[in-house]
Amino acid sequence: MTGWRTLLYKEVLRFWKVSFQTVAAPVLTAVLYMLIFGHVLQDRVKVYDQISYTAFLVPGLVMMSVLQNAFANSASSLVQSKIMGSLVFVLLTPLSHWSWFFAYVGSSIARGLLVGVGVFAVTAWFGQPSFNAPLWIVIFAVLGAGILGTLGVIAGLWAEKFDQMAAFQNFVIMPMTFLSGVFYSIHSLPAFWQGVSHLNPFFYMIDGFRYGFFGVSDVSPWLSLGIVGMVFLLVSALAVHLLRIGYKIRG
Amino acid sequence: MPAISFQSVSKIYPSGRNGPLKALDGVSFDIREGEFFGLLGPNGAGKTTLISILAGLARPTSGRVTVRGHDVQADYAQARRQLGVVPQELVFDPFFNVREALRIQSGYFGVKNNEAWIDELLHSLGLADKADANMRQLSGGMKRRMLVAQALVHKPPVIVLDEPTAGVDVELRQTLWQFVARLNKEGSTVLLTTHYLEEAEALCGRIAMLKSGRVVALERTSELLKAASSNVLRFKMDSALPVEFEDKARVTGRIVQLPAHDAHEIERYLAIIRKAGLRVEDVEVRKADLEDVFLDVMAKHGEQVAV
Repeated sequence: MTGWRTLLYKEVLRFWKVSFQTVAAPVLTAVLYMLIFGHVLQDRVKVYDQISYTAFLVPGLVMMSVLQNAFANSASSLVQSKIMGSLVFVLLTPLSHWSWFFAYVGSSIARGLLVGVGVFAVTAWFGQPSFNAPLWIVIFAVLGAGILGTLGVIAGLWAEKFDQMAAFQNFVIMPMTFLSGVFYSIHSLPAFWQGVSHLNPFFYMIDGFRYGFFGVSDVSPWLSLGIVGMVFLLVSALAVHLLRIGYKIRG
Repeated sequence: MPAISFQSVSKIYPSGRNGPLKALDGVSFDIREGEFFGLLGPNGAGKTTLISILAGLARPTSGRVTVRGHDVQADYAQARRQLGVVPQELVFDPFFNVREALRIQSGYFGVKNNEAWIDELLHSLGLADKADANMRQLSGGMKRRMLVAQALVHKPPVIVLDEPTAGVDVELRQTLWQFVARLNKEGSTVLLTTHYLEEAEALCGRIAMLKSGRVVALERTSELLKAASSNVLRFKMDSALPVEFEDKARVTGRIVQLPAHDAHEIERYLAIIRKAGLRVEDVEVRKADLEDVFLDVMAKHGEQVAV
């Protein structure tokens, strides 16, 4: 294994060695959401006909975990190695900015999907969703994790301290995932907030992902795919540019 | 083709404490293949900035650096393949053990099946019994050796050591210098920055001295030593320094050292001591060393520096 594949391997090994923290913990968090929201809202909320609230909740929780963990992976790896100084071992290598991009985003996708499978395996026990169109599930999971892994690269390059990183996570990533329709269908919102939700790219990731399970969604999965694909290209272009100029990592 | 070529390298940091800071100011010199080259200078002279630009960790504001003909910016991948850099800071990746870290580092450089060389590195640097230890468990000295091993894992023809012996015990310094001297003998070019002037004197064939971002001396080590006053009169004394010595003497606690070109000058110093009726002990005359040269050169280019 050589070149960017080594960096990808190292980044996967990095989270795998602490998988109790990086995989098991987020699965537990999702289970807690499932237990509490599922229990409280089961008999009160009806999102789509024929689909129980707990079943509706499963894909949302899975996708939320995929997204948050994909972001956390590249972001925390970069910030940590910047602060510890061990990023120098990668900075001294001949690896190109594309190698960095594929390795950091690739490992983030790997962690996102791994956590997603874990969350699904546990939460599906509460309310079994169907697999209406599995290919959509895979496409949206990979693209969503890719976008968040890329955002993690951008945030990881930008942040100089752990608290800046935490601010990005708490004030940008968390609100956008929570307000994307994980716990509800945006059709249940007043018209104004429906409009706002349509501006949130995270909404399309979750809506398209959920379509793969139920075959119903708030907007067409093709529209979601178009928007999610476009966002991925945009954030990737920015991340690759920052890596190429060595933004905040080469003086 | 030189192993390393610095061509009018300048670096200005836009936000220094007192406005823009000129860390390097038109630095130019070449290091030939196979040389053991020393880069000396007081703290803040620009040594680490120069090495960072060479290694691609920083970019020059103007000027150009090549490694065996490869521009460190335009052709960075080839340039970095030629370089093995031992960073000054004691850094490590806490997720891996010694052997894993070396395998990963090999992979970054595209080196496959590197086990034989990894074993040799571990053996030569006294890390063989730590191969399976996590990086966190290593002592400071062990981590320092590991930095050397990581820098050499892809068998670079040009080795850069940025103050590798700062805060390192005598035994490790010996191991390290034996190993680096062997690699140099086998053809590797070595660029060393150090605070230990006796190390530079013993190891380096040629030396550049930096001061405030400029090259103030660039000479064969033997020439540098020849150019300095050949002898030093050294003695211990409790009383105040006579005024005649004030601008010449180097004082460290009770120890006074005076550079002298010939026997007459020594006699003159002794006469001054006698006339002032000073009590001195442990009087000796020794040959000037690189430290004397260093202080001499630095003094000629501005204020006194601490060593």
